[in-house]
Amino acid sequence: MADRFGHALVIGASSGIGEALARRLAGEGTRVALVARRQERLEKIAREINAAAGEQRAFTFVHDVLNRDEPPLLLQRIAATLGGLDLVIYAAGILYRPEDGEFNTEKDLEVLEVNLLGAIAWLNPVAERFAALGHGTIVGIGSIAGDRGRAGAPAYNTSKAALATYLEALRNRVSRTGVVVVTIKPGFVKTPMTADLGKLPGAVSADRAARLIVKRMHRRAVTAYIPERWRLISWAVRAVPSWLFRRLGV
Amino acid sequence: MRRSSPLPPEHLEWVQGWGRAVGAPGYVYRPADARGVADVLELARSHRVPLVLRGRGRSYGDAALLPEAMMLSLDRMNKILAWDPSSGVMDVEPGVTIEEIWRTALPDGWWPPVVTGTATPSAGGILAMNAHGKNNWHRGTVGEHCEEIDLLLPSGESRTLTPERDSGLFHAVISGFGQLGIITRARFRMMRVHSGFLDVQALAVSNLGEMLRLLDEAKDRWEYVVGWIDAFAGGRHLGRGLVHVARHLDEGEDPAPGRHFDPSVQRGPGRIAGVVPMSMIPPLLKPLTNRPGLRMINLVKYSLGRLTAGERHFQQSLVEFSFLLDAIPGWERIYEPGGLIQHQSFVPVRHAERVLGRQLELCQRAGMPSFLAVLKRHRPDPFLLTHGLDGFSLALDFPVTRTNRARLWRLVRELAEPVVAAGGRFYPAKDAALPGELFRAAFTGGELDRFTALKRTYDPEHLLRSSLADRLLGSFWE
Repeated sequence: MADRFGHALVIGASSGIGEALARRLAGEGTRVALVARRQERLEKIAREINAAAGEQRAFTFVHDVLNRDEPPLLLQRIAATLGGLDLVIYAAGILYRPEDGEFNTEKDLEVLEVNLLGAIAWLNPVAERFAALGHGTIVGIGSIAGDRGRAGAPAYNTSKAALATYLEALRNRVSRTGVVVVTIKPGFVKTPMTADLGKLPGAVSADRAARLIVKRMHRRAVTAYIPERWRLISWAVRAVPSWLFRRLGV
Repeated sequence: MRRSSPLPPEHLEWVQGWGRAVGAPGYVYRPADARGVADVLELARSHRVPLVLRGRGRSYGDAALLPEAMMLSLDRMNKILAWDPSSGVMDVEPGVTIEEIWRTALPDGWWPPVVTGTATPSAGGILAMNAHGKNNWHRGTVGEHCEEIDLLLPSGESRTLTPERDSGLFHAVISGFGQLGIITRARFRMMRVHSGFLDVQALAVSNLGEMLRLLDEAKDRWEYVVGWIDAFAGGRHLGRGLVHVARHLDEGEDPAPGRHFDPSVQRGPGRIAGVVPMSMIPPLLKPLTNRPGLRMINLVKYSLGRLTAGERHFQQSLVEFSFLLDAIPGWERIYEPGGLIQHQSFVPVRHAERVLGRQLELCQRAGMPSFLAVLKRHRPDPFLLTHGLDGFSLALDFPVTRTNRARLWRLVRELAEPVVAAGGRFYPAKDAALPGELFRAAFTGGELDRFTALKRTYDPEHLLRSSLADRLLGSFWE
């Protein structure tokens, strides 16, 4: 019987929620593979994790999610290094907010590449692996921003909405094999990605978000809002008619 | 050099040891012939992925596991290549089971000289583990009845080894738990028997000292000698149990040997008291797989055995006597979901009563008395990493639960320490939890140096590995 979270892979582990999740899981005894672009940053986090654990629990793998050919082989290398794989978290994400009147296709597509296409490139081989073994948990970090198309961050909203739909479809494909797919929808979280958005009402720290996410993973949640109050807010936001939403200018 | 392409994900499977307490994901390949085996070896080498060998998966622990490795499963290499009923010599592929061997040999009046408690292990597996049976004192281990093997070395070279030709490698491959090469053919010599039935006697003993004395006295007079211990009994009853001894019938004793050689009469009725099918036993037993339940079963088994034991002899078929574990199909599943682990220690005669008694006490003190405890008499054999010595072995079964795993692994260490101090050894085929340093400490005659030298010669890339080998041989290995 495999340990549910004995071996974990966090993609996008060099900052924000991904970093906090990696630290928290390692603190609970999980062997964690940290994947991101920034080698120095990854190694610093791994050193800190390993020093705190008194043993090697964190392993670093430099990878840019734009390189969508790499995941199948890298996934096998990571599983071999960890000695197995029970949990994969896709936390890589970027946010681009165009100025009024700015329509930057390149930047919008980059958001989709990182937030969505990278997730598909990773989670497809992960799902194939987990389904073959009849075991594993896949976690995608979406956002409440995916619940509505806002003027402020169209590509980001699109990427998170599409990610949530992809994760739902993935869940429907593999849940009968015993694989758990969890969609996480954080509200405002204080991370480097949101640092220049000004004061965010009700924002929680990345560490607190990570604690809540791990708790929901353990409970095999389907869709988890972080913190849970965002479920109600999201419901209310989605209930606003389109004509009114447009006038609100959010 | 780093791998440049992924392994095909369709080969990925979750694979378990027979005890179902340990498992690992692996990329499983099942070639049907020696050419296919060579192809798998080449694939592992080209991908720089370790290769773990697996026969029929009957090692209890992690002998045929390695997470994320390629796994060469030999279960489709299951052909009997040659059988000569005049000489009793049989050539088999490595995936052939003991059952397939005896079913071929017995109708002609032959029987495998050494068999394990289940007929389901493979020929390659029992050679790699240097398996023994209830007649270890008389016949030694299975390797002593092997006349020749074809070995595919990690380099791709194939060699034919015999006890005389490439003797060092032959005696290391047998007992080397699949770390030096892949056995692609083995030649065994069978034992002539004059009946398909055995003369059996059951005796009850009231403590460990009595048990050991009886086994020791019986070993010269009886082909098969085995003791069962009620591991829940303590104090002055510590080690109480039943001894079963058996011998092959002499020529002329069985008036109808031909009929009894027929495999169809070898199996029992498959029902208890003619009513309850044996397949119903696991679900009936499952609610009793806890300490109170097993205490009761052990007590009832001992008490009934004591009532019926004595001077009375009875006849039992070779299969029924030899393969007790097969009488209850799927018995190992009664321990799910946690599975079970086994631990088998071998202790020299003069220390046996003290060390084995201490083991039984340690189990009871830890609150984990063995659910099944079996005692056997052994002798040394010529294989490099053998467990064989002039002494006794005690095999202990432990169920694994969500809560006892860490305690159980600690208990195995505590059980093993006095064995090492007494000059004892361990049986890798049954192991899942033995600390490597204790396994290594049991070899004091340079055996591990010789084994490592062979590994460096024949597998310098360290292609063949297993979780068991990594754990038991540790950094010494690397």
